[in-house]
This record gives sequence, structure tokens and C-alpha cells, in this order.
Amino acid sequence: MSQPSGERAFPLPSQIDAVPGAEGWEEMYPYFSRFQPEDDQRFWFYNSMHFPEVVPAFDGLTSEIPYTAIGANTARLFSFPTTLGIEYRILNGRVYITANPVTDAGKIEERLAHFQERAGHYYANWDRLYDGWQGRIEALIAEIEAVEVPRLGELDDLSVVMESRGYASNHLLRENFHRCIDLYSKMWHHHTEFLMLGYGAYVVFFDFCRQAFPEIGDQTVARMVAGMDVTMYRPDDELKKLAALAVELDLADLFVEGNEPDKVLSGLAGRGDAGRRWLAALEEAKDPWFNVSVGDGFYHHHLSWADDLTVPFAALPRYVEQVRAGEDLTRPTDRLAQERERIADEYRALLGSDDEKAAFDQMLGLCRQVFPYIESHKFYCEHWFTTRFFQRIRAFGALLADRGVLAEADDVFHLRHPEVEDALADVQLAWASGGKELGARHWQPIVARRKEIVEALSRWSPPPALGPVPDSMNDPAVQMLWGVTDETITTWLGGEELDEHTVRGYAASPGVVEGVARVLMSVNDIGSIREGEVLVCPVTAPSWGPVFGKIAAAVSDIGGSMSHAAIVAREYGMPAVVGTGQATAKIRTGDRLRVDGDRGVVTILR
Amino acid sequence: MTGIDVAAPPPVLRFADVGRDDVPAAGGKGASLGELMRAGIRVPDGFVVTTAAFRSAVAALDLGSRVAALDPADAAAVTAACGEMRSIVESAPLPPEVADAVVAGYHRLAAERGAEDLPVAVRSSATSEDGAEDSFAGLQDTYLWVRGADAVLRDVRRCWASLYSVESVTYRRRRGIAETDLAMAVVVQEMVGARSSGVMFTRSPLTGDRSVVAIDASWGLGSAVVSGDVTPDSFVASKITGEITRRTVSTKSRWHQPDPHGAGVVEGEVPENLRDVPSISDAEIVELIAIARRVEAHYGCPQDIEWAVSRTAPAGESIVLLQSRPETVWAGKDAAASPQKVAAPAARAFDHVFHALGGKRRAEG
Repeated sequence: MSQPSGERAFPLPSQIDAVPGAEGWEEMYPYFSRFQPEDDQRFWFYNSMHFPEVVPAFDGLTSEIPYTAIGANTARLFSFPTTLGIEYRILNGRVYITANPVTDAGKIEERLAHFQERAGHYYANWDRLYDGWQGRIEALIAEIEAVEVPRLGELDDLSVVMESRGYASNHLLRENFHRCIDLYSKMWHHHTEFLMLGYGAYVVFFDFCRQAFPEIGDQTVARMVAGMDVTMYRPDDELKKLAALAVELDLADLFVEGNEPDKVLSGLAGRGDAGRRWLAALEEAKDPWFNVSVGDGFYHHHLSWADDLTVPFAALPRYVEQVRAGEDLTRPTDRLAQERERIADEYRALLGSDDEKAAFDQMLGLCRQVFPYIESHKFYCEHWFTTRFFQRIRAFGALLADRGVLAEADDVFHLRHPEVEDALADVQLAWASGGKELGARHWQPIVARRKEIVEALSRWSPPPALGPVPDSMNDPAVQMLWGVTDETITTWLGGEELDEHTVRGYAASPGVVEGVARVLMSVNDIGSIREGEVLVCPVTAPSWGPVFGKIAAAVSDIGGSMSHAAIVAREYGMPAVVGTGQATAKIRTGDRLRVDGDRGVVTILR
Repeated sequence: MTGIDVAAPPPVLRFADVGRDDVPAAGGKGASLGELMRAGIRVPDGFVVTTAAFRSAVAALDLGSRVAALDPADAAAVTAACGEMRSIVESAPLPPEVADAVVAGYHRLAAERGAEDLPVAVRSSATSEDGAEDSFAGLQDTYLWVRGADAVLRDVRRCWASLYSVESVTYRRRRGIAETDLAMAVVVQEMVGARSSGVMFTRSPLTGDRSVVAIDASWGLGSAVVSGDVTPDSFVASKITGEITRRTVSTKSRWHQPDPHGAGVVEGEVPENLRDVPSISDAEIVELIAIARRVEAHYGCPQDIEWAVSRTAPAGESIVLLQSRPETVWAGKDAAASPQKVAAPAARAFDHVFHALGGKRRAEG
């Protein structure tokens, strides 16, 4: 492995040219997210795994709040010995991050003692605490679902007076909006509660496997760990059940390629009892399983399946066809479980001593214990909770539009959350005084300008990293969550040396195929993808799963071999190359590609 | 097959009639090919000219006393005597029972394969387990694409004669190996018209990793790979999951092919359009891994295997093995080194996390 050398560097934050047409973009984000002059001395990398697109002003919350939680978890709760937290900055609408390492040996020693006590408590009681977590997160989801946007009528509700509640409903604008933000913050703390401890178990087992079997592939290690009952597969499984039901009820003719959800739904309405039964099953499946974002839950416009049926309905025709052809769409969990055991048994058998075999079993056992959390938390946090959260914020937007402050509901996402509070105060005051909201004149030009800025910034190609190349990249959090290692940095540095027809990344899922590229910069365009195409995107999200059935291969700018994209691609038996850093910049829709998921190489054959 | 009388085996044995215990009669290579066949592995058919044939043909020439009289320090005398002895071995009339058996063996093989002048490989098959002796004794002789019984007889004698090379004789004299212990078998095996060939190790030659198969492959006959005439394609795959973890497609500029004029092998340039193309397909890699697993399981230790992909056989049946022997380099390192521990069990499973994230390097070894 070549060590990144200190002589080579990425562009410095201060050297990045302004993006034409995006003047004033800084106003969209809080002051503490801006690069400072001294930041030029540090290494930063673009977190395109979580933030593949320009961050709208409100969505700045999805970096601000997670980093308050994850850093608190590693630095202050569990006292990870060699790392504090993650710092972030926003540049041209993109999120760059860096880790704060602990390097002083005495300090590490001190932190280790606390880490052993605190992390030890969690590991030793993992199943019981995880059970508690499950209860806490479900309660939190119930809380966000219960948040209502108050109705502000001519007079407040009679009950407010008769029950002597003591405060008028305009107060609830403030309280309930704040409640959404507070719950969102709490959700992120719960999200990170077990996360780094879980990844810690993974890293230990991966390291062990790499020492014992120096040439083992990441995918093989992942296959030994993977559980069978994965919550993230559930939405897709529900879809397969709906496909089977459509065939059973003789409704298959409605589910054909190109039939938009509206057309299907109106078709079902004309099919009497069968149509009603299918729609009832759809409603049943929707809550909670369609609360799955078509992204990763970091953007308000990555709607959930429940909000927009395009993605699930795009996948249905193929499933329906498969069911009609007599294929069994259920995951062969028994066979997968047996295969997992066979692989683990054969690797164990190759170890040289009983001691090593015992250590292997301990580490593998720990990984399998933490696996359900690692795989399931995303559904509860980024998908279910976050879907509900954005729905609530959109409802506040609808109120602001209703009161004439904003032109339309979704414009609320072009205001920072303290700005939304300002706009709500405007409504509170106007309703109270019998006057008129002043926000239209103030906010609507701002929103219009910000839409232009987002558009302009979306044409900017962010460098994968900024600042001096670090001597070595061994921050455990960065390695675990982003898969960024010395090798990654070397790949990023070497980016310009590759010929223009080659893109390199992680070999995430094996196989070699050729196909025509479909570059999707935003998941909202997912409806345009056609059977047999190669999906090229900034990041592949697990909720795209059903579409994986249509495509020949997946290529992404970011992601590691344990990313969800990699897991889903392997599940679908399709080649995937992830973490290329530059696929969407180099590849154009219509290019013929060879995707080599064994080597992690994508070749443009034009 | 049981009941081979080691004291007096017949001059020729078919592969089907030998197994791994028959090294004294069939040599290592011959015994291994028979054993592979018994294990159900696809091997081009052939026969072994046994050590008994060697004894009745060569021992009768009474060269032992001449070798014993040589002073290994007297290079000139050794060179002269060796040249003379080699030509004696190559030209002396063969005992009729040996010549007849070899000719009959060839004709039967040729008839079974439906080709009168079936091309075969003639290769020496040493009885010694000592790898060092092999290299000194010139026991690596291989004659490829040999056609006709006369040519086979000639090349069998060439193999025998290699025992009287200067290197071989000097080695025996220096090591004090008795001439009466001298023995050699020769393998005669149907030649495979190989589209591609190569070698594979059922453990990584680079790291010793026992979970992978390392495959080297190139176009044409395997002699190009074995002799180092070409930089082969190289693949590393998990033997357990089949996952290909490393894939290096080299520019393969040289290949060895059967001489189009009939017999022998010619070395030449690989056509431009094939040079940078993988010489084996992924499906063939999968098949090679399956074969590697079976062979290793059969022998119970990592193997060093020569294989070829037939130009003519249908897909799924096209891979044949030409040789399998125990891997020695890492086996030697393992034996010499104190057992390397990657990790020991901890009091609690999560103590491993504390060790890994504790900011201290894990104790090595």
C-alpha cells in the first residue's frame, strides 16, 4: 500500500473559486458551518455519502444535528480513546468533514479507562439495552407522529376556553415546531447510541480476518456477519407480497411498465372488490413499511414511498411478471443462513490453533450480536422517523403558505430553522393582533434567490477532499463510517492520473457486466431508469432496492464495502463499484460501460 | 489398484492402474496423475514407463561402476564420461519386453483416442521426494507434442539419459548416492491442445493465505508459464466463496504452440488482439477453484497444480490437470516458524474491541 505523501495536497478551502450565480450562498447556512482561514491547515473530505446533493437551507439541520450527536457519543459519552468527534463545514452547499483525533498517549490511556467502563456496560448488556432502544425509538416515532400543526381559525377552539387550557393555539406554533426540532435532535442521539460500538465490533473482526487471511475480500467477511432478518429488506418484501396479491386477484394487467401510480390507482378503483382488497393491502403495508426515503433521509425532497408511490410502483411490474412466471420471490433465508455458516466454518477450519478459532468465534459472535442494530437502526431513524419529521415540517410550510408568508409549502425548506421560527412568530403576532403577516415581502424574494443559488451550486463539482494530505488516516470513526483510509486518499489523489475512460472504486459486489449508463444526480429522477441500464449516481441508497431488480449494475461516487448499497447489490447478485469519487463527473447518460465488480473498475467504452 | 509388486512391476502401467502409493514404480508425477484420476479429476490419459523398465534397460548397461570411479572434482573427466554415457543410454538397443510394452502402450492410447499418431508429452517422473535433487539431477525433462511410437521410445531414453548429465552425476557423487539406488519413471501422456494453460496454488504464494487459490494463466501451452517466457494473467480468489479478490490481466506477448509441421513445440508472438485479453473466463476461474478444492481435499494439504484448458473439449469439461504436487515453500516456512498467532481468546468477546480501539498496537506474533 502506498502511503499518501505530505507533499501532495488537495485544494485548500480558501482557494476554491466562487461559483457563478451562487453569490451569497453562505447566508443559507449557520456561521459555524463556514470554513475559517485556519481550516486551510487541516484535511477535510467531502461527505458525499450522506450529502450527495446541494444542501437546501432547512436541510442544513441534517448535518448540524447529527454531528452534535455522533461527536457527543464518541467524545463525551463513551470516551473513545483515540478520537473525539467530527467537525463539519459547508462549502458551496456541500458538507466537508474532519475528525479530531486524540494523539497524546497519556490522554489516550486516561480515555481508555473510561471507555472500558462505559462501552463495557453496553457490550455486556447489549441485548437488553438494544431492547430498550427499540422501545425508545418507537416511542419517539409515536411522539413525532403526534405533533400537530395548530389550526388558527377566526376564534380559537371553544374547548380551549371551556377547559381553561390557559394558552391560545398560536403558542403551539412555536412549541410544536420546536418540538419537531427537539425530537429530531433526540432521534439522532438515539441513532448514534449503539452505532460506533457496533462498528467497533465490525472493525475488530475485519482486522482479524485480514491478518489471518491476508487476501480475504471485504465481501466475504461481510457475508459471514450478515443476518437474515434485516429490517431494511422489509419494504421490498412488502412490495413482493403486493405483487403476488395483484396476480392472485387477477389485477396483473394494471401493473405494466410505464403505468404511473395515478393510472394504476384509478384502474384499481374500477376493479370492484379485487381492487378494494389490493388497495387495503397497500394501506396496510404503507404504515410503517413505506416510510422509507428514496434517499438516505438527509434531504427533504427525497420523499418516502408513502409520500410518492413512483419508486415502489416502478418496481411492481417486474415483480408481477416474475410472480406470473412462477418465480418464488421470497428471500431464501434458510439457504442464505446455511451458506453463511458454511463460509464461517470453512474459514474457521483454516485457522492454525484452537486459540485462534476461539478468538474468531468471539469476534464473529460479537459482530452478529451487533448486526441487527447496525442494519435496522436506519429504518427507524433515517427512514421512518425522518419521513414523519419532514412531513410535519412540510405541514408548517403549508400553514405559512396558507397565511401568505410563503408562496408554497415546500418553500419552508429554503429557510434555516431559526428563520422558520421567525416566520412562525410573524404568524403568531398577526393572528393575535388581527393584523397582517409581513413575511411575504421579506421571505419570498429570499426563497426565490435561494432556489437560484441551489441551482447554480448543483453545477459545481466538489473535490473529494481539501487541504494537506494527512500522514495517515487512522481515525476509527472515519474508517468505520466512511471507509476512508490511506488507500482511499491515494485513489483520490491519483484521480487525475487515471485515463478519462476509467473510474476506480471499491469492488462492492462481484461480477462483470456491460450496459448503458443512466446518470441520476437526484433520486427523484429514478423513474427514468430503464431495464438493463447501469445506474450511476452520487450515492446508492438502500431504499432504491426494488429498482435494483431492473438495473444491470450500480456505480456510485461514495460508499464502502459495508455500505447498504454494497449489501443490497450483493443481495441482488449484481456487480457494484462504490466510492469512486468521480463516476458522476466522468460518466454521461448513454455511455456504454463495463462494470467490473470484482476489481472495482468501471470502463467507459465510448 | 493394489497388488503391484514393487520388486518387479511391469515395464508399463496405465494411469488408471497407479495411485499415490506407487511412487517407487511410477515416480512422483506418474503416481500423482493416477491418483488424480482415481479421485475423479479430469486428467489426459496416458501410461507410465516404470522404474522396472528403467532397471532392465539401463541397469543392464552397467554404467554404475563407471560413475563410481569418477572423481567429481575432475570436471574434464566427468564431462567426457557423461557425454559418452548419455549417448550409450540414448542409443543402446532396448530389451525387447520394454520396447514392446512402450510401443503397445502408445498404440493402445492412440487407438483409444482415435488418432494414429496421437501427440503425447514425455516427461521424467522422479522417485525421490527430495526437491533439491530434482533440480540438480535434471529430472525436469519434458518433451512435448511427440508423435509416433519411435519418437516416444527416443524421448523415453532421453529422459533416462538425463540422469547421466554432468550436473546429475556430480550431484550423486558429491552426495554419495549409490548408483544401485538409481531409478526413474517416465510419463507418457496425451497432449492437450491447450487454448490456455497455467499453474495454480491452493494457497497464496505471496502471503501463504490458505483461504485463497492463486491462478496464473496465459495463452497456449503451459510451458510458456512454467519457463517464465511470459508474464501471465494472475487471479486470486477465495476458495471458500469464489470471490475474486485480485485480478491482473497482463500483456502476454509470448506463447508456446504445437509445431504446425507435425511434432514439437514452437515459441512465438501472441497476436495483438489477444495480448491484453484475459486468457481464462470467469466461468473457468470458478471451475478451477472447484478443482483446486477437490484436489486439496483429496491430498489433505495445499497443492501446486498445472492445468490446461482444452481447445476442443466442450465448456464445463475443458479443464484438465497435468500435474499436482504438494506446495513446499509455505509448508517449509510453516514448519520452520513458531506458530504465528493472530489472536488469542479474550476473557470477554468485547475485550477485543478494547484492544483494537485502545490506541495501542496489538502485540505481534
